[in-house]
Amino acid sequence: MSNYEWQNRPETKLVDVPSVNKIPERDIDKSPILEARHLGIDFGGLTAVDDFNMAIGRTEIAGLIGPNGAGKTTIFNLITKVYQPTRGTILLDGKDTNNMTTELVNKAGIARTFQNIRLFASLTVEDNVKIGLHNHIKYGMWSGILRLPKYWRAEKIAHERAMELLSIFDMQDYANLQAGSLPYGAQRRLEIVRALATNPSLLLLDEPAAGMNPSETGELMDNIVKVRDTFQIAVMLIEHDMNLVMGICEGICVVNFGKIIAKGTPREIQNSPEVIEAYLGRKKEG
Amino acid sequence: MKTMKKSTTANILCYGIIIVFFVVIQAMLSSGSIGTQLKGLLVPVCCYIVMAISLNLTVGVLGELSLGHAGFMSVGAFVGAIVCTCLETVIPLGPARLAIGMIIGALFAGLAGFLIGIPVLRLKGDYLAIVTLAFGEIIKNLALCLYVGLDGNGLHFGFLSSIRALGMEEGARTIVDGPVGLQGITKISTFTSGIVLILITLLIVLNLVNSRSGRAIMALRDNRIAAESVGIPVTKYKLMAFVTSAAIAGAAGCLYAMNYSTVVATKFDFNASILVLVFVVLGGLGNMWGSIIATGLLYVLPEILRQFNSDIQKYRMLIYAIVLILVMLATNNKAIRGFFSKMKDAISRTASGRRKSKGGEQGE
Amino acid sequence: MGFLSNLINGISLGSVYAIIALGYTMVYGIAKMLNFAHGDVIMIGAYVCFFAISRWNLNPIIGILLAMVICTILGVIIERLAYKPLRSAPSLAVLITAIGMSYLLQNSALLMWSANTKVFPSIINKSSEVRELFGGSVVITNGTLSLFSGQLTITLTSLITVLVCIIVMLILTWFTGKTKMGKAMRACSEDTGAAQLMGINVNGTISMTFAIGSALAAIAGVLLCASYPALSPTTGSMPGIKAFTAAVFGGIGSIPGAMLGGILLGVIEIFGKAYISTQLSDAIVFAVLIIVLLVKPTGLLGKQIHEKV
Repeated sequence: MSNYEWQNRPETKLVDVPSVNKIPERDIDKSPILEARHLGIDFGGLTAVDDFNMAIGRTEIAGLIGPNGAGKTTIFNLITKVYQPTRGTILLDGKDTNNMTTELVNKAGIARTFQNIRLFASLTVEDNVKIGLHNHIKYGMWSGILRLPKYWRAEKIAHERAMELLSIFDMQDYANLQAGSLPYGAQRRLEIVRALATNPSLLLLDEPAAGMNPSETGELMDNIVKVRDTFQIAVMLIEHDMNLVMGICEGICVVNFGKIIAKGTPREIQNSPEVIEAYLGRKKEG
Repeated sequence: MKTMKKSTTANILCYGIIIVFFVVIQAMLSSGSIGTQLKGLLVPVCCYIVMAISLNLTVGVLGELSLGHAGFMSVGAFVGAIVCTCLETVIPLGPARLAIGMIIGALFAGLAGFLIGIPVLRLKGDYLAIVTLAFGEIIKNLALCLYVGLDGNGLHFGFLSSIRALGMEEGARTIVDGPVGLQGITKISTFTSGIVLILITLLIVLNLVNSRSGRAIMALRDNRIAAESVGIPVTKYKLMAFVTSAAIAGAAGCLYAMNYSTVVATKFDFNASILVLVFVVLGGLGNMWGSIIATGLLYVLPEILRQFNSDIQKYRMLIYAIVLILVMLATNNKAIRGFFSKMKDAISRTASGRRKSKGGEQGE
Repeated sequence: MGFLSNLINGISLGSVYAIIALGYTMVYGIAKMLNFAHGDVIMIGAYVCFFAISRWNLNPIIGILLAMVICTILGVIIERLAYKPLRSAPSLAVLITAIGMSYLLQNSALLMWSANTKVFPSIINKSSEVRELFGGSVVITNGTLSLFSGQLTITLTSLITVLVCIIVMLILTWFTGKTKMGKAMRACSEDTGAAQLMGINVNGTISMTFAIGSALAAIAGVLLCASYPALSPTTGSMPGIKAFTAAVFGGIGSIPGAMLGGILLGVIEIFGKAYISTQLSDAIVFAVLIIVLLVKPTGLLGKQIHEKV
């Protein structure tokens, strides 16, 4: 179970940012880490996402929720350039990510996890994390083949860093296990560790609590906040588990049919008639 | 949950096994206990082992099916043979000349791999396989139309014509004679050089796989989209694997060519590519030691069958085909797989059981 | 009219490739495997017809039917013995088994019928008797059709090859589009699991696909040897590879694609031989394939498969 009473925590005060968006007040002195302006994409005749506007503060835990098929993962795919947007701009730390590929977006500071877990199943847990460290602890192909001193030094540092990251989620003992053979919950946690290894400024988590029981979810909530506090990064998550969302998210964006239907604090969202209608349907008259 | 051992000590042990094997074979050679037919296979089997290891890098480690690997062998063979022939007067020492030939052959094969890889590696699965097959056939076709000769004025190249059209002096030396292939090669390949090439190849490939670049390549195999999302440049590492694989095949090609006085380009056709692929798959994708053992056994098998009475001799290729099919059926049969994994679990349980008996800990 | 007669030769050769490619593409569509042994089934079909006509003195039509029957049985047996047990295995394993099966067929043929090239007997009536049609504008003699007062000559063999290909294509289109079994085949190639849940006998459907493909292979073998009479155990190998290339070229899994790919490949090969170089004709064919695939990565009529992220 979580060791913090999430329901009763003080609400973060949100303030306006020039582009009709809100971020936590404490982040106002720095620019938002991510700003999406009028983001949209069409697949042939189908508009999957339309006029998506959002800003995320530098240390904000933001939530993206909505019914199934609302376009949430599509928005993640747009931000990480798995799909190129048809309309709109994405500013990462003020920089336009216009022609970036997924790889460049990661180098610029966005890391993500996937709805259907995408681990490197045949490799060990430690190797999965080390791949996350690929762009940070470097040596060339020939240093590796000839086993130059650079190789030994870098591998030692990589090993230590990987174990450090794994210990955040209490997974050091799993280091030599094959990633594909881990239990489901451990695989999800490993994906998060791998994403963290890439040293991002913004972490996108796609349904991190899927398939977890309440006790695991509570631990996950603690861990996400711990990650944010330790690394001072922003987190945006897609989730269906409302306890988690309302518990740790500071700003929430609700989408349905590819459009934003509400934005604000958890309390505002819970009381929004549009959100209630989207999830529960309209109240019958009379 | 599966544990995976770090295999550095295992690797060193296996290099040792190869060296021991080499010493044994040398002893048998000098005592005359190896028949001429088997003796003639020693260098080719080394070439095919190196081909299998290099193809395993593309198919097993990178995870892309390549059906034109023999094309790179071909490039290395022709370039290497030309270089060795030209250097005959300059470097009289055989092994040194062979080494230079192999290096230059590898460079050209690697270049071919690079040029082919850039367009090809964008394609998916079966389409990539077909295009590699196409390139292999193109290289074979081009080699069949090549004319190269050496005379006092230097090296002459011709295409689609004839040796006479090269306009060389009297007493010039024909190196490549169109469809007839490489001619008049001074044989400088030895079993020792074959073993050395195998050891060097293993060193390169195993060290590459167990390094940062190797991890990136395997990440691409396991999940390309996830690899991109953690910042791995896809084209760079695909090319790295493909080009390294091609270069090593080129070195093997040179070794192969310098083992015969004539070599026709049709030796390096689709059937040769398929043969190497069979060795790689049977030995286990990604398993370099498996490639060595599978190639060694299967390449030599038809020759061993030849030793039996002449009745069976007739059927040896048929037996080979049947053995291949049966092995594939057996290794992919769920019942047999289940049996083997139960055995593996039982063995590891008894091993760990013995270790833990002192500590009195609960088993996993 | 060299251009036209080259074109017709190309279409004729391409028709043979198309019929072979149909076998590859149908099997790939439904069983998701590349049946490397297909080229060798062609060879077996040609041999059966050869023996039927020259040793047992049967009517050529009977010979062809016999070849079709034997190839169909052979195809189904191969599928049941070697491919069915590996349905859930990785595709590379099935590929290697298919390669082994190809070696098996080639070496069996080698043992039974030796490596000596046999000359395939002519099936078309090549009598020097002159027959005129359509009031003299079409003259048939020596197995050749002459049109426009001899300006354009087409061999009867080529004509029949193209006609057979068209007929096969029409029958196959009708079969997959309108019959119950054809619909079952299409369903299985979309999603085997769902098809099974709908009560379709997937095993039977796959066997039927192999049967049809093998029957087509027999026809292709006979047509191939009618135009190029040299028959040996390796006769099926290169046409098999080229037809496989054609199937991918047109978009693997697509029946119209196999037709288009096959015919285009034949035309390119003949034109390459005629106008560029005989030795390089294969290289040219493959080079064109590569260029097309680079421009259109899933083949001419192939479907784009989107991966869900």
